Amino acid sequence: MLLLRRVAQSIPLLLIVSVLVFALLHAAPGGPLAIYLENPGVRPEDIERLRKALGLDQPLSIQYVRWLSAFITGDWGFSLSDGRPVAQRMLERAPATLELAGASLIVALLAAVPLGIVSAVRRGRWVDRVSGVIALAGVSLPVFWFGLILQLTLAIGLGWLPSSGRSAVFDSGFVDRIRHLILPATVLAAVHAAAWSRFLRSSMLGVLSQRFILAAEGRGVPKRAVVLRHALRNAAGPLVTIVFMDAALLVSGAVVTESVFAWPGLGALFTEAIVRRDYPVLMAFLMVTSAAVILLNLVADLMHRALDPRVA
Amino acid sequence: MSMDPGAQRATFSVNAALVVAGLLVLLALAAPLIAPFAPDAIDLAGRRAAPSSVHWFGTDDLGRDLLSRVLYGARVSLAIGILAAALTVALGAGVGMVAGAAGRWIDALLMRIADAILAVPRLPLLMIASVIVRPGVPVLILLVAAVSWMETARVVRAEVRSLVTRGFVEAAHAMGVKPLMSLWRHILPNVIPTLVVATTLAVGRSILLESALSFFGVGVQPPTASWGNMLYQAQSTMATEPWLALFPGAAILISVLTVNSLGERLSISRIGVRAS
Repeated sequence: MLLLRRVAQSIPLLLIVSVLVFALLHAAPGGPLAIYLENPGVRPEDIERLRKALGLDQPLSIQYVRWLSAFITGDWGFSLSDGRPVAQRMLERAPATLELAGASLIVALLAAVPLGIVSAVRRGRWVDRVSGVIALAGVSLPVFWFGLILQLTLAIGLGWLPSSGRSAVFDSGFVDRIRHLILPATVLAAVHAAAWSRFLRSSMLGVLSQRFILAAEGRGVPKRAVVLRHALRNAAGPLVTIVFMDAALLVSGAVVTESVFAWPGLGALFTEAIVRRDYPVLMAFLMVTSAAVILLNLVADLMHRALDPRVA
Repeated sequence: MSMDPGAQRATFSVNAALVVAGLLVLLALAAPLIAPFAPDAIDLAGRRAAPSSVHWFGTDDLGRDLLSRVLYGARVSLAIGILAAALTVALGAGVGMVAGAAGRWIDALLMRIADAILAVPRLPLLMIASVIVRPGVPVLILLVAAVSWMETARVVRAEVRSLVTRGFVEAAHAMGVKPLMSLWRHILPNVIPTLVVATTLAVGRSILLESALSFFGVGVQPPTASWGNMLYQAQSTMATEPWLALFPGAAILISVLTVNSLGERLSISRIGVRAS
């Protein structure tokens, strides 16, 4: 019942997003055909023909309904740069992005969870203050610049890791895959690791000040067990929620990271589409990522309720 | 009034961050006075020179002095950051106050719009808007604010909703003070601390957004130097002229770090309330 209500609530959100995306595209001078208008090789009568063929001479409201119903049924139009279906192009790129996102999630949690726990337990001590400074630097980093600097030092300078791409031409074994992943995953993880460690810290501090912790300590439960079993379990719920809620940030980060490291995923497809003014790809990208964000926020909400029965 | 050590440290950091922020703004304002060269002075004989005593930050592919360009770039990048943040918070405060005070369908509608825009990944949205509009600096400021006001609106709305049920607001209402007047006189002053924190954090985020946009070549357009578009130009020759990438990026990091630490400290030093 709750599930149904939450799903129903996200549908108007998706509709508002779709209106926004549609309006954005049609705000472009020349609309979806702008790329042809700029090309002196395309004759005006051809543009007129295209406009009719694509239904662009219809009222906007009708165009919107047509576009949306086509979009829902998986007809996302054709890429202006190579003429192939947009859905197909995006599907090809999705695995690389999922791989990168998954790896960066692991890196971010591996950094954030221990840092958050230690900072909470040693509150105000030097570990806490140092990790506070690191976290502040992490959320203040220009992501693309961080990527360039890592590329410059670890890849080009020291030659420890490949500077870009998803795999080498010849050696594409597992180790090679991981080596290519390390730098982009680290860059994509940096902002999240910084924010999440501080979030976990404050959430742990909230739990650690509660009575049941005192009671557990009073019963003689070892400190380690109090922190890991009692406190962390209670503080983990909000962290999981935040991890899912940050999906939109992850998409923005992926666009930057994939472009810097030539990672052949959806983010790189997006920046290519920006350069080529490939509007169908741009629209589909915004729609798909926004829908994914809304879906993940929904999952976050439901998981939060499942993990914490006190949430009404 | 005695303060506990934590609050004392926070106050010290606020002052330190304010000094650094003031210094950055001062350097930007004084760029024409202190820059050793004109930012667009081309010197083809001295191209791609490494940092030296003459060119502290080195020169770029046209022989332009990088230090001078970073100083002039500060004017553009910081102006965009500060103005976009002011606009972001003004918009967010306006929407949040209207939603919180009006309630019912107006509130529901405004908050759903905010939720919807929040669901669209910010940077890609801004990149598409920039491709379509091809903005100059003023329009760029508008665009950054247009995709950034939602968080402030949410926080302000929540505060307004709790404020309108408080005694002094209800008393004013009972005495016949008009709602709009009450919003201005009784509610806004109580929201201002939140707005101060929101503004400092928004400055950092706006600087980052502008730099990312310009890094992709869709933000501030050359020949105007901004830290972002300097990095855009540096990217291709980074392996041989790393200083071109190093200094503008460091300038971004220092500025954003300063305003973020200011925002964090401000929110801790004030009665322990943290703005999210």
